[in-house]
Amino acid sequence: MSLRHDVEDFLYHDADLLDRWELREWFAAFTPDCRYQIPATDLPDGDPTTDLFLVRDDWFLLSQRVDALMDGSAWTESPHSTTHRIVANVRAREIDDVRIAVNANVLVHRSSLNRLDAYPAHLSLTLVRGGAAGFEITERIATVALEQLRPHGRLSILL
Amino acid sequence: MSAQPAVTESPYVIDDRVTPRFRVHRSTMVDPDILEQERRLIFDRSWLFVGHESELAAPHDFRTRNVGGRPIIFTRHTDESIQVFVNSCPHRGMQIETRPAGHGRFLKCFYHGWSFNTEGTLVALPDEGSYGENFDRHNLCLARPPKVQSYRGFVFLAWTDDIVDLEDHLGAACDILDLFADQSDTGMRIIGGTHLYAAKANWKLLSENSYDGYHAMTTHHRYLAMLKESGKDLSRVFGASGGGASLGWDLGNGHAVIGGTDGTGGRNTGLGRDLPTQAALDAQVARRNHFAERYGEAWANRMFSGRNLVVFPNLAIVDLIMGITIRTYYPVSPDYMEVTAWSLQPSDDVDELRNMRQENFLTFWGPAGLATPDDIEALERCQRGFAGHQFAPWNDISRGMVRNSPTGFDELQMRAFWREWDRRMTGTEHEPEVPVMQRAGRVDLPYHTRVLGDRPEHSSTPSASR
Repeated sequence: MSLRHDVEDFLYHDADLLDRWELREWFAAFTPDCRYQIPATDLPDGDPTTDLFLVRDDWFLLSQRVDALMDGSAWTESPHSTTHRIVANVRAREIDDVRIAVNANVLVHRSSLNRLDAYPAHLSLTLVRGGAAGFEITERIATVALEQLRPHGRLSILL
Repeated sequence: MSAQPAVTESPYVIDDRVTPRFRVHRSTMVDPDILEQERRLIFDRSWLFVGHESELAAPHDFRTRNVGGRPIIFTRHTDESIQVFVNSCPHRGMQIETRPAGHGRFLKCFYHGWSFNTEGTLVALPDEGSYGENFDRHNLCLARPPKVQSYRGFVFLAWTDDIVDLEDHLGAACDILDLFADQSDTGMRIIGGTHLYAAKANWKLLSENSYDGYHAMTTHHRYLAMLKESGKDLSRVFGASGGGASLGWDLGNGHAVIGGTDGTGGRNTGLGRDLPTQAALDAQVARRNHFAERYGEAWANRMFSGRNLVVFPNLAIVDLIMGITIRTYYPVSPDYMEVTAWSLQPSDDVDELRNMRQENFLTFWGPAGLATPDDIEALERCQRGFAGHQFAPWNDISRGMVRNSPTGFDELQMRAFWREWDRRMTGTEHEPEVPVMQRAGRVDLPYHTRVLGDRPEHSSTPSASR
């Protein structure tokens, strides 16, 4: 089977876990040195060391984010919103013997308390082979394809 | 000694110094007529934040944004002067520049090709000869807001000529802005990237929320849980009384601040995570010591102890020690506001401290932080609750009225906001609850003191329930 086919299966599983709020299982695919980043909407090519981002998590912060989303202390996701993800335009290439660069588009609809917001985003992942799901994530950069988070007001779900 | 009236009230605000109790009517959050009055009586008669000079690093850099409901171009002319224009062509009114940021010697309207320089002068138009010999380009400059002034790099405009100078309006808030601006010898700067978000809530809820210490423990439980998990000793953050060393001050003209006075020798990281390395801690202590030498111990301790400032009506600047945000917001409708927020940093931070600032800022703030989304959620749920305002009409903002020196967990700062709001909207004059802070320069700001004897006697019977 092709690399892209394997990666697509992984991404569909990843999206399914997020939509079903199986976030701890989702997080299990991240390596201890992982990075999870979302640039600011008006600076999609920003540098996380010098520019303002929306998210700049390491393993610890992402674990805290996941815990709060699961234990009900993230009020904006308590009760959990309903999300629906479509993953498409998947491309995958081997960077070297170990790492795989993945690009994909994702469209997430989030509904909660009588509101419906769309989050279109570009996903850029660096994967390594291994783990229960076939791949592990060392880097996940989600670039939101919106000029601004209006009227959304928040990006409280995971992309 | 002038006795305060026991109760001052308008249709919207009941300021009862006897019980004591302070209540605000929830119609102020939902009524479209009130919003129209706010546009006229508050936003069109106040100094409104435009941006920070550091956003325009070089001549001909520009930013476009909305200020007080009107599109503006914020730019720097060849001579380095800051310029603000109405973003509308004098010819037919088209919005000239729609990019949020850019660089250009000329601002060109594509509709008919009229071009303006960064001083707003019409410099070229196709077929000028067709306008006849009496045509004078200089009468067709870009329009400007009636007033534009800046203080320590913070640029404001007023949509009226009939207003006191910016510094007189800011008053003691100048001292607080100094506490932000003094944090770098090479200047504070807004870094790249903007948080552009919104809330389906009344704009005044964000003024209240921006200096609300009381909500932190519950609304931001998940952020505090993260801090605790990271190894931080939370008792140092909140102290025994829940308010820590934080106090609230009424700065006059509706401005107010909550903040600390104890910089703990630069070791305090406030609501941020502890500094990760000895080198970062040393760098932070060295910065504090440098400013102590330059400005005095008391001032340096204030600089390094954090504060939440709201400049009336819609500018919040919050320093959590490891991170400063500037936030402004404007109502689109009574139940929807747009929010814009930036990160302000010392331009000369060492890498390790900058890294901590970057991380701590995002961990707390922004529409994907561990705190801000829950603030937004709280504000939106308040707004949803206000749909029942005919039957549940009053918000209570009384916390700390019984205290001589209200803490940052009390609500003095919000009452200062609402007293000014009520003065603008209904003409009701409310006596300040505690002495209003006067501008004093770089000295330790005095704790306000309220002499118990000045307060009206407690009534034996509570005032009638409303």
